[in-house]
Amino acid sequence: MNTIWEILPGLGDKLAAHVVLSASAIGLAMLIALPMAVWAGRSRIVSRLALSLASLVQTIPALALLALFFPLLLSLRSVFGEGLPTLGFLPALMALTLYALLPILRNAVTAQANLDEGVLEAADGVGMTKWQKLYLVEAPLSAPFIMAGIRTASVWTIGAATLATTIGQPSLGDPIFAGLQTQNWALVLAGCLASAGLALAADNLLWVIEVGLARRKRWMTFGGMAIVLLGILAALWAQRPASEERPVVIAAKSFSEQYILAQLIGSRLEAAGYRVEYRDGLGSAVVHSAVANSSVDISVDYTGTIWANFLKRADNPGREAMYETIRDWEAKANGVKVLGRLGFENAYAFAMRADRAQELGVTSLADLVGKGRSLTVGGDPEFFERPEWLAVRDAYGLRFGKTRNFAPTFMYNALQSGEADVISAYTSDGRIAADRLVVLADPKGALPSYDALLLLSPRIADDPGVAAALQPLLGAISVEAMREANFAVDREDAGKLTPKQAAEMLANRAGL
Amino acid sequence: MFVLVHPHSKPLGKGQSETLAQRRNTRYSSQKMTNPPPLLRFDGVTCRFGDVTAVGGVSCDIAKGCFVAMVGASGSGKSTLLKTVNTLVEPTGGRVLFAGEDVSELPPARLRRRVGYVFQGIGLFPHMSVAENIAIGPRLAGEKLAAARIAELLELVELDPAYATRMPDELSGGQRQRVGVARALAGEPELLIMDEPFGALDPVTRDALGHKVRELHTRLGLTTVMVTHDMAEALLLADRVLVMDKGALVADEAPHTLLMGAGGAAAQALVAVPRDQAERLAAMEGRLA
Ligand SMILES: Nc1ncnc2c1ncn2[C@@H]1O[C@H](COP(=O)(O)OP(=O)(O)O)[C@@H](O)[C@H]1O
Ligand SMILES: [Mg+2]
Repeated sequence: MNTIWEILPGLGDKLAAHVVLSASAIGLAMLIALPMAVWAGRSRIVSRLALSLASLVQTIPALALLALFFPLLLSLRSVFGEGLPTLGFLPALMALTLYALLPILRNAVTAQANLDEGVLEAADGVGMTKWQKLYLVEAPLSAPFIMAGIRTASVWTIGAATLATTIGQPSLGDPIFAGLQTQNWALVLAGCLASAGLALAADNLLWVIEVGLARRKRWMTFGGMAIVLLGILAALWAQRPASEERPVVIAAKSFSEQYILAQLIGSRLEAAGYRVEYRDGLGSAVVHSAVANSSVDISVDYTGTIWANFLKRADNPGREAMYETIRDWEAKANGVKVLGRLGFENAYAFAMRADRAQELGVTSLADLVGKGRSLTVGGDPEFFERPEWLAVRDAYGLRFGKTRNFAPTFMYNALQSGEADVISAYTSDGRIAADRLVVLADPKGALPSYDALLLLSPRIADDPGVAAALQPLLGAISVEAMREANFAVDREDAGKLTPKQAAEMLANRAGL
Repeated sequence: MFVLVHPHSKPLGKGQSETLAQRRNTRYSSQKMTNPPPLLRFDGVTCRFGDVTAVGGVSCDIAKGCFVAMVGASGSGKSTLLKTVNTLVEPTGGRVLFAGEDVSELPPARLRRRVGYVFQGIGLFPHMSVAENIAIGPRLAGEKLAAARIAELLELVELDPAYATRMPDELSGGQRQRVGVARALAGEPELLIMDEPFGALDPVTRDALGHKVRELHTRLGLTTVMVTHDMAEALLLADRVLVMDKGALVADEAPHTLLMGAGGAAAQALVAVPRDQAERLAAMEGRLA
């Protein structure tokens, strides 16, 4: 395992992306909030309205706000055309800008309201026009307070920008989310440390500017501004595209298997001479749309997921029929090429601790009928909203005492600690074997199949080089090999591997 | 031609309106015959804020070179009337003429340069040095005030020119108001209006500044209107005392005629205060002697 100090220097790219994103959001928020504050200073109604709206935005969790811009931008494509990005920088910028508005707006409005009446009257009295008054009196007197608002906004924005990872914008959230999913705490800590350090640095620099403004110390004001500007310029320079051509972008949802497979795919493409880029930690719904609109180029998805979520079907025509239907639908509806199946399934399955299952005499889902009321069932955050859950629940008439959501990684811990009696496990998960869990049989066939599929975006669907590089993966990955690789990443002892190392192991086992 | 009592104005106190109007009549007509138009003319000025009538139909002329004090209880409309001069307040009725021109038709920035204003709350810009405060009016007109001129202005108000680089919060109240006066004089105004300029100062500083302003008035050939709530100050400094009461101009007298009992009840009530104090002090001195 790498230590934090070995990881930190490698985060330069993420740091640069984080700085550019945060600075853009704060800059844009200032461009909106400051004129709005001036307007609000002249009209009570505008002041009320602007402040209430900004406060309302604050009540939306940052994660949800970021996610909401995806469907919004998608619907705006009918106006702005297909070129409008729906993932990555644009939605992250918009969400963070909205988030940064409140502190800047509030401080600017308050500063204006608290200006000395006598001084304002004197400004009129000596013959200042409205603009001269704003520029010569109101702005300089409000500046320290406004700066304090910008400081608050910066600290918030730099913190919230880590969440931009979930909508495909690289940031210091990347190591945090990757680390959380693979239980690589050094990675999580490194990400947190870097973003906290950045927030702290920004806070102090802006404080210097604020004090400079308040005490009218020009060297402090301009010195602070110069350093901030230099930092942003350095980040922009580091962000400059290495080449004009777009790399192949590989998506990963937020769990270990996806990280490993993304690395496996990436290493094969790199070996074939492609430049690749990873978008890790994306939400399940986001990934599919992202491939369909070529925001990302390659993803691994599962037949059952697509069947239920995108084809909106609840029936179960069998494994082969499902695969073929999906392949045709993807090609026709989205222009997405289903290159093929990797060979293993990652199905939903209900798992219990062996001792608990024995104690209750449970071996199949049917056995849970009537016993469920005293049991707690744990699922990943989306599970209880998914059609699979409804299908199983209704097929067997299951009633549980309690349902609880866990991040996939913590679900198994919850089972071990007794916080959940039954969990919605995944069949390719290494911990089923490692924890000696009992997977409950599904005699009614209520759970659909979940063949792992390789999806190519319309942009590279017909790229023969990509297809050639990835062809050997099809049918090559057994569920045992996948479990082993997953477990290697999830385990917390000395045998723990990074997703990249696990991908190499997987490649070796598959004979690639 | 001249409106003596504007139709909008409130009627004056019983029995006074006749005599006051007659007196004004004679003054106006004599001015008209002998003098150029007055530097400042309030012509039936009315200011309403919603239901409140701050100024109710004030008419009066102020001749060039005159030092006028305006006295009245708090809330009687003195500040509002003053602000109509440089259009900080727009009258809801009537007009204000400055050197014969309606102020509402003059460009505000130009007008405000010709009218030096010393504010009730001093109103120095806290983020500007003394020199920058003094130079603000000319600066707005696109003109840079020379350091020598700033030093001259500071000396005019008896401040050490070294104060030019200080910030307002490094000055005492009296020094700040001196800077306020210097700022008002920087644009070489024709008219100086002061709204309770010495209200927040201690009596000694207040007296000194009062004398200084009167001296500057004479030296620079200014026309000055000073609002004060202190009748003694008004009587001692001014050539002419206007008394405001509830938005109306109720007396317009020279100091000595006021002291002889003219001007009506409201004015006499104000005169009674310092007179009474002076008599009591004299009586005390008499006892001690
Ligand atoms: N901007 C304003 N809005 C509403 N009422 C005002 C305003 N300015 C002055 N007034 C009212 O007009 C009256 C006269 O005020 P002012 O001219 O300041 O009196 P003074 O200077 O003699 O104390 C007061 O009743 C005051 O409350
Ligand atoms: Mg007043």
